[in-house]
Amino acid sequence: MSEPINLVKVLADKHGRRRDSLIPILQGLMEETNYLTDEAMVLVAKELDISSADVYGTASFYTFMDTEIRGKYVIRICKTISCSMKGKIDVLHTIEDTLKIKVGETTSDKKFSLLETNCIGWCHKAPAMLINDTPYTELTSQKVTEILQDYMKK
Amino acid sequence: MKSSALKRVDLIFESVNVRAILEKTLKRKPEEIIKDILDSGLRGRGGAGFPTGMKWKYTADEKDPVKYIVCNADEGEPGTFKDRQILDEVPRKVFGGMAIASKAIGAKIGYVYLRGEYKFLVPKLQEEIDLFHSMMKEMKHDFRIELRLGSGAYICGEESALFESIEGKRGEPRNKPPYPTSSGLFGKPTSINNVETLVYTVMICEYGADHFHKLGTTDSRGSKVFSVSGDTPKAGIYELELGMTVERFVEEFGDGDTKAVQVGGASGFCVPRKKFQDTIIGFEGVPTGGSMKLFNSSRSMYNVLHNYLDFFAEESCGQCTPCRVGCQQLLLGVEAVKRGEKNSRYLDELVKLAGTMKMASKCGLGQSVGNAFKSIVENFKEEVIY
Repeated sequence: MSEPINLVKVLADKHGRRRDSLIPILQGLMEETNYLTDEAMVLVAKELDISSADVYGTASFYTFMDTEIRGKYVIRICKTISCSMKGKIDVLHTIEDTLKIKVGETTSDKKFSLLETNCIGWCHKAPAMLINDTPYTELTSQKVTEILQDYMKK
Repeated sequence: MKSSALKRVDLIFESVNVRAILEKTLKRKPEEIIKDILDSGLRGRGGAGFPTGMKWKYTADEKDPVKYIVCNADEGEPGTFKDRQILDEVPRKVFGGMAIASKAIGAKIGYVYLRGEYKFLVPKLQEEIDLFHSMMKEMKHDFRIELRLGSGAYICGEESALFESIEGKRGEPRNKPPYPTSSGLFGKPTSINNVETLVYTVMICEYGADHFHKLGTTDSRGSKVFSVSGDTPKAGIYELELGMTVERFVEEFGDGDTKAVQVGGASGFCVPRKKFQDTIIGFEGVPTGGSMKLFNSSRSMYNVLHNYLDFFAEESCGQCTPCRVGCQQLLLGVEAVKRGEKNSRYLDELVKLAGTMKMASKCGLGQSVGNAFKSIVENFKEEVIY
């Protein structure tokens, strides 16, 4: 991972330095770091010549732009009704037991964060979750254990 | 007596030669294309149901040399997943629809705003967009598409919030008027259409307005892709002719014990068993962007209501007071009634509050919270109270 200042410049070169470049730049940072540090947001503000409050105000509006520390793998389990109806709670408990964290927490090795999210569009294959950008569907306790074990080895 | 099976339609996922359709259509005059879309009776498939041809006509009538066509792929309504499938299976048809719109309204740039939850589709879509750009070049049609991603905000499916988001700002809805057709993305005349709507425009240009118009009912022409989930043995995506009753839908998709169907997701309406027979799925009855959730008698409708209110309280952008405070108060209110801290008459007060939100909220989010709230509270009062 390159230094934040270099990364911000690379992203600004790619997406431009206009106001409408802001979100693609922040999304580019998220891909590298999984959350936005204060330092990175100040650097983006300088690069685009807008106020850092504006950058923070924009970033904090969007649920997927985390401004708190997040693990390398962010698990977002769907909490909308279709998934709840199909056994989401058991899957959630399995994740919590396996990773020894609760919803909203990050493992001490900064590898996993566990969050709940609203409908992710897999209701016909509920329950579902995202790990970073990858969807996993028709989850069971056994299936989610296997998925997590694979990620633990990474 | 069991009525006949629902009429399946195959227009959205049907494999067609998009290049040939575009070669034919892009040679036509904008007003001819718009006339076909108007004649077909196509209304927006994202849920709101504005006539697509009118939207294109209003945008085409604007004199500004810069205009945009935006594809709304921010499919966030709970229970909706058809746009994901459409983008995954027939992306070329979606982009083809944008090209046709670009010709009709006079746009040179189009945006696809894809929800962040579907980011896994990006490599495939970008590849398709690159192929599409070469095709546009060969056809000498000056039009290109930019792909933008959302970041987990339901409200960005609201058209003006979506523009704000593309412009790099908080996704807070704007006041209307002005409407997007006169002042949309970057303040320019913009036609914003749902993924599915755009695909239908391609099929209307291929088969003619009549082919579409003869399907469905007077108020709801054509067919629609439904996302079916919940207590059903046949969860999935189905394209069906519009105008069926909830009863016929339940005969096809229910598990034999269906007590309610939530039509249109969290912002839609809950139809209880006693109203199945008289309720039409469509603009003359209960409209839907595609979300169809079935609940059987083992389900607590209080849990369903609570889940939706929790969703709205979280997803309200917080900009206007009726929605920001209203969503929280409805949630706290039903919890208080459930705990017995407030008596059942308090629900009537909450229904009034939902009515106020409908009148006073700035955008469709706050305006539609009352749909699910009222229809669940009124039809399943006992379940909410006890």
